[in-house]
Amino acid sequence: MTAIARASNIRFPHRHLLGIEGLSPDEITLLLDLSESYIEYHRQADKKRAVLRGRTLINLFFETSTRTRTSFELAGKRLGGSVINMSVATSAIKKGETLIDTAMTLNAMHPDVLVVRHPDSGAVKLLSEKVNCALINAGDGSHEHPTQALLDALTIRRRKGRLNGLVVAICGDILHSRVARSNIHLLTTMGTRVRVVAPPTLLPAEIERLGVEVFNDMRRGLEDCDIVMMLRLQSERMHGTFVPSTREYFHFFGLDYEKLSAAKPDAMIMHPGPMNRGVEIDSEVADDIGRSAITEQVEIGVAVRMACLDMLTRTLPLSAAELA
Amino acid sequence: MGANGPPGRVAYVNARLLDPASGLDAPGALLTEGEAIADFGPNLFPDGVPDGIEAIDCHGCCLAPGLVDMRVQLREPGEEHKETIATASRAAAAGGITSMVSLPNTDPAVDGVAVVEFLARRAREVKMVKIFTYAAVTRGLAGREITEMGLLAEAGAVAFSDGVKAVSDPLVMRRALSYARTFDLLIAQHPEEPSLAAGGVMNEGEIATRLGLPGIPAVAEPIMVERDIRLVELTGGRYHAAHLSTAAAVEQIHQAKERGLPVTCDTAPAYFALNETAVGDYRTFAKLSPPLRSEADRRAIGDGLKDGIIDAIASDHAPHDQDSKRLPFAQAADGIVGLETLLALSLELYHNGHLPLLEVLRALTFGPAEILALPAGRFKKGAAADLVLFDLDQPWQIEIDNFRSKSKNSPFDGRPVQGRVLRTVVDGRWIFVHDA
Repeated sequence: MTAIARASNIRFPHRHLLGIEGLSPDEITLLLDLSESYIEYHRQADKKRAVLRGRTLINLFFETSTRTRTSFELAGKRLGGSVINMSVATSAIKKGETLIDTAMTLNAMHPDVLVVRHPDSGAVKLLSEKVNCALINAGDGSHEHPTQALLDALTIRRRKGRLNGLVVAICGDILHSRVARSNIHLLTTMGTRVRVVAPPTLLPAEIERLGVEVFNDMRRGLEDCDIVMMLRLQSERMHGTFVPSTREYFHFFGLDYEKLSAAKPDAMIMHPGPMNRGVEIDSEVADDIGRSAITEQVEIGVAVRMACLDMLTRTLPLSAAELA
Repeated sequence: MGANGPPGRVAYVNARLLDPASGLDAPGALLTEGEAIADFGPNLFPDGVPDGIEAIDCHGCCLAPGLVDMRVQLREPGEEHKETIATASRAAAAGGITSMVSLPNTDPAVDGVAVVEFLARRAREVKMVKIFTYAAVTRGLAGREITEMGLLAEAGAVAFSDGVKAVSDPLVMRRALSYARTFDLLIAQHPEEPSLAAGGVMNEGEIATRLGLPGIPAVAEPIMVERDIRLVELTGGRYHAAHLSTAAAVEQIHQAKERGLPVTCDTAPAYFALNETAVGDYRTFAKLSPPLRSEADRRAIGDGLKDGIIDAIASDHAPHDQDSKRLPFAQAADGIVGLETLLALSLELYHNGHLPLLEVLRALTFGPAEILALPAGRFKKGAAADLVLFDLDQPWQIEIDNFRSKSKNSPFDGRPVQGRVLRTVVDGRWIFVHDA
């Protein structure tokens, strides 16, 4: 199946990757299959490919990020593209330029792909209306983080052999989490049973309407699940107090072996990072190589981003230079 | 006559006269003499209009008291790049509005006599639509010390409000209601508990959850309304809840009225014409305060008007330039323009069979005029000739590019509507004539 995805005449029917919501199971499978093929690629010593030769990728990050930005940068470079990183600290936004102006300015430089992270939900969608290039959402506010959901799904699929019929418990700060939303959309689309486990203060209103089961108790939420997906407590997005203390939070919602024992014996532990050890996850559990897929997620992340860059640039018109 | 020269005598003949205050709905004519209504009725001019009187044939169209818009943000002084008294007046005239009441959230805020006098002078200079103003309840709209309400009222402020902010401190609200009673003044509240709304940008619920936007729970409104009603009971002050958006608040006002409390309320077309789904894919033109609510709330607002619980429909005109709206949703300004769409959107209630025509017009004329004790909103011999002539059925499409308002922030762009303002008359003068 990976060979089919790699065949360059297969096209992704969207110009941008703004979110998972709205993608069909076939479209998700296509991206996962292509990502799978790139895992083998970047395990080789010679990682350079020419898929993005002549293409320019701009990483536009309005929010600090290490792993996602680096992951996209590596993905772009390994595919032979030119990669430029722009972060908010050095950008004109700090000088009062609006998001739209920044988009227009960058657009005038004719990048082929813009990878954008922004602290506001919907900001990436707003940018997409103003640019001619392909755009990948690397996380917008509490809305979506599609490449994270794809890499999580691929990690699960590689370990468990399937997505359909598994039980995944997403635990912690669902309210502020774009990772949770993208994962819920992806997994429910692929036939996975999704539970969310959190205190009510960290659950957004009517979350059950997204097709998930809601639990306020860790042990009950983890019961017989195949995957435990932990989320970071996002204190930077919090207005006011959502939990009384990190100590109390860890006591009731932090993942330790005791709570994990409710899950299936071979349940896999995931975390999108960066982890707050001792807040949402116990160090021992996080570092348990038999159970934890946390470093594997990072590795697969690069492959997923290579696949997304490959797929989105296939539909781009050739540049004027190439046509000449 | 008309826009030029002193108004003489004008007869509006062959009209459908509509006066919600008296329940009049009959074919007939209306005569203006100078600035005032001289006479009106079904049997006026049975033998034709005498010489010396200019006759306007209304072709059976509706002639009603000019609209009284009790909630408008003029942006002057301070934000003239968004709207001015002149541009708002032209927009209001085109919307059939003959009196509008300005909120005090200008820069400087309307919290002193000088600003009230400034507005009165500018209104005289522009001389189109009649402009009244609220004054602030608290100095600088800061919610702490009450303003010089007596002096402000003497200077012309028609009521008191902190504009788009709630008077949140219960003690301050108690004192404001209590002190306002001294002069029989009205306090108009933005009924939203600020701590529940803090950080929120749209109605809390499934759509906000999908969009990853922080929600404002609908209970933020009834919590404030409930508290205020208790304070009204305690103080006896007159209270008005502005732009109601929830079913629960409508029910509370209903009960307060049943108990005989001096309580009134209004809503704006957005709250009966749209629901939260209008936000769609982060459309900042659908970002309002209070936010667009659920479908159940939207229906309850329509029912509140039908049942006569909601006394008035105001445009809630909130002009914003592009730079304030072309932003990520959370950063975008709240509010929409509404002067030019007030009548047509309100008439949807009539056209879809929800309300009788006179009831729609009551909420736009006599209803708000009565709340604010304005000498407007009804046909009365000797009263100012403030009128609107409109074609009830004429279909048209709302196009923001045609707005006279300086700002174009409307979620109703492209909406097909019925009911077109043909002529707007203030003090006998034609301040707007639709060119067909």
